[in-house]
Amino acid sequence: MTKSTLNVKNVAPAGSDELARTICAAHDNRPDALLEIFHDLQHDLGYVPEETLTVIADILNRSRAEIYGVLTFYHEFRRTPGGQHTIKICRAEACQAMHTQELCRHAQDKLRVKFGETTADGKFNLEAVYCLGNCALSPAMMIDGDLYGCVDKERFDDIIADIDRGAAA
Amino acid sequence: MTKARTAIRVYVPRDAAALSMGADPAARAIAAEAKKRGDKVEIVRNGSRGMLWLEPLVEVETPEGRIAYGPVKTSDVEDLFGTGFLEGKAHKLCHGLTAEIPYFKNQERLTFARVGLIDPLSIEDYRKYDGYVGLTKAMAMEPIDIVDQVTKSGLRGRGGAAFPTGIKWKTVHDTHNEQKYICCNADEGDSGTFADRMLMEGDPFCLIEGMTIAGIAVGATKGYIYVRSEYPHAVDTLREAIRIANRANWLGRNIQGSPYHFDLEVRMGAGAYVCGEETSMLESIEGRRGLVRYKPPLPAIEGLFGKPTVINNVLSLGSVPIILDKGADYYRDFGMGRSRGTLAFQIAGNIKQGGLVEKAFGVTARELIEGYGAGTLSGRPIRAVQFGGPLGAYLPEYLLDTPMDYEEFTKVDALVGHGGIVVFDDTVDMAAMARFAMEFCTIESCGKCTPCRIGSTRGVETMDRIIGGIERERNITILKDLCETMTDGSLCAMGGLTPMPVMSALRHFPEDFHRPVQAAAAE
Repeated sequence: MTKSTLNVKNVAPAGSDELARTICAAHDNRPDALLEIFHDLQHDLGYVPEETLTVIADILNRSRAEIYGVLTFYHEFRRTPGGQHTIKICRAEACQAMHTQELCRHAQDKLRVKFGETTADGKFNLEAVYCLGNCALSPAMMIDGDLYGCVDKERFDDIIADIDRGAAA
Repeated sequence: MTKARTAIRVYVPRDAAALSMGADPAARAIAAEAKKRGDKVEIVRNGSRGMLWLEPLVEVETPEGRIAYGPVKTSDVEDLFGTGFLEGKAHKLCHGLTAEIPYFKNQERLTFARVGLIDPLSIEDYRKYDGYVGLTKAMAMEPIDIVDQVTKSGLRGRGGAAFPTGIKWKTVHDTHNEQKYICCNADEGDSGTFADRMLMEGDPFCLIEGMTIAGIAVGATKGYIYVRSEYPHAVDTLREAIRIANRANWLGRNIQGSPYHFDLEVRMGAGAYVCGEETSMLESIEGRRGLVRYKPPLPAIEGLFGKPTVINNVLSLGSVPIILDKGADYYRDFGMGRSRGTLAFQIAGNIKQGGLVEKAFGVTARELIEGYGAGTLSGRPIRAVQFGGPLGAYLPEYLLDTPMDYEEFTKVDALVGHGGIVVFDDTVDMAAMARFAMEFCTIESCGKCTPCRIGSTRGVETMDRIIGGIERERNITILKDLCETMTDGSLCAMGGLTPMPVMSALRHFPEDFHRPVQAAAAE
């Protein structure tokens, strides 16, 4: 799963309206498929541009306010362009039992960002999540859909270095 | 003896937990090493056996049975081949026959019978191990008799609420409507739980079969599986399995020549914990904000798109095929009291041998944690164990002899829930955990009802004062009062059960709420 990179901040990439139309059509323009439509847009663009909401609202015959309300309810959806890779570190109970707090601090220090932010070089988004379903191998982390278990500081550094080199398995 | 010309089957799990420990590189290394040596191997990507501390757990098929090796790193592969691992020879990573490993052997695997054994996407494998026997029997029965079997089995909702599955089905069966739905709740958001994920990734046809039986029983022709977005592997596996089942006419129109139709669709969540609440999940499937609905009307009468809807957890539906196959009595004979059958316990957190243990109800928590789990990974004493996810109670070590039974757990003000068990050693700060429970509720509350939305925010502030040593006794009184309001006044279990971890921490570990402020501030 690779996300395209965007250098222009907060301006919807050209053709995103057309992309939104295509994606809606792929879901038979069904109003109940809205989450799937957002997932697809985010998969292709790295985020859901606000400019596409009017188009989606029009096609699904729902109000723009309603569409916006759905977009903002779910933690998963980004409304601004982010980095190339998204790192999600679990900070739920099972991972806390294995001191994920230390991993969280380390990750934020190492990448020089807080949770919810993107690194200055645009490579990584850092996000906190609550459970990745890998609770017997805590602490757990997910990068772009790839799951990692038993992540201590050293393993974190190794994984990030691998991805940095573009050698991610 | 001449080298066998038929390929030797080697199993390398494709389960996300195994992948998280390097199963893909291990599989590639095995293939490469075999090629280098001229050995013929057939690598099968199975589900996980549930012994997660051994992942990636590689198995080699021998005439005696499958021999387990793990955890296998790529750096071990050359050595493994060198010592005759393809003939099942001894090695420091060898655990002997998988079926004889005590952790595995002593389980009672009903729902998870096939998980780890078969190729999850092989319908032939599935049928070879009793797959679709339950559905075949169900198609020859009157729908109401299917409902009856499920009721008699004593199966209760495995998602945590433990409502009798058969009664839910009966309500939908008896409600007349031209369109009904089966919704599978696979929004397994509770920390310490991964059994739904393991079943979806390790035996997806089992869930598909269970949902099809549910559809026939209540008269529903369409089903949805709502899977959380944190489970991309489960989503992919399910979608592929649905395609395969459709091609093989185990889904779709006139299933296997019967008059029954059933279609299935996977819907992906988007990181909202509250969507595990059944009515919030329905809103989400309809493409809306995951706001909890008022009840009544019950979803069984007015559910998805306003139609009668069965909403069941993955493991409830996944237990249905074996009930129809072996009969209600067979299933009911496992368990104790009013907790019948088996539960897939998930031993997690600070644990030496974490994983999935399917056992009949009645096993004690201690047996699971100290017997199967072998105690903490850190080697330090167990101090607290959280049962049933982030909305479940923290229990102290001395209560671990409580049998895992819905009613026995209620007696100690705790929940069995989905069978998640999270172990903490003596370094845990229970005031911090109580604060986290409130913080989690502020993040995940849907915001519809005030006790949950505002109560949790006030709860975090109150916990901060307690931890900070500000008017402790007064604030503990406020905390208790706040918890009472949330319990009694919240619309759903999110706000209604957040007080459970908080109050259990206060009850069992009061010393953590009275620590000297210096020590607390050092955190």
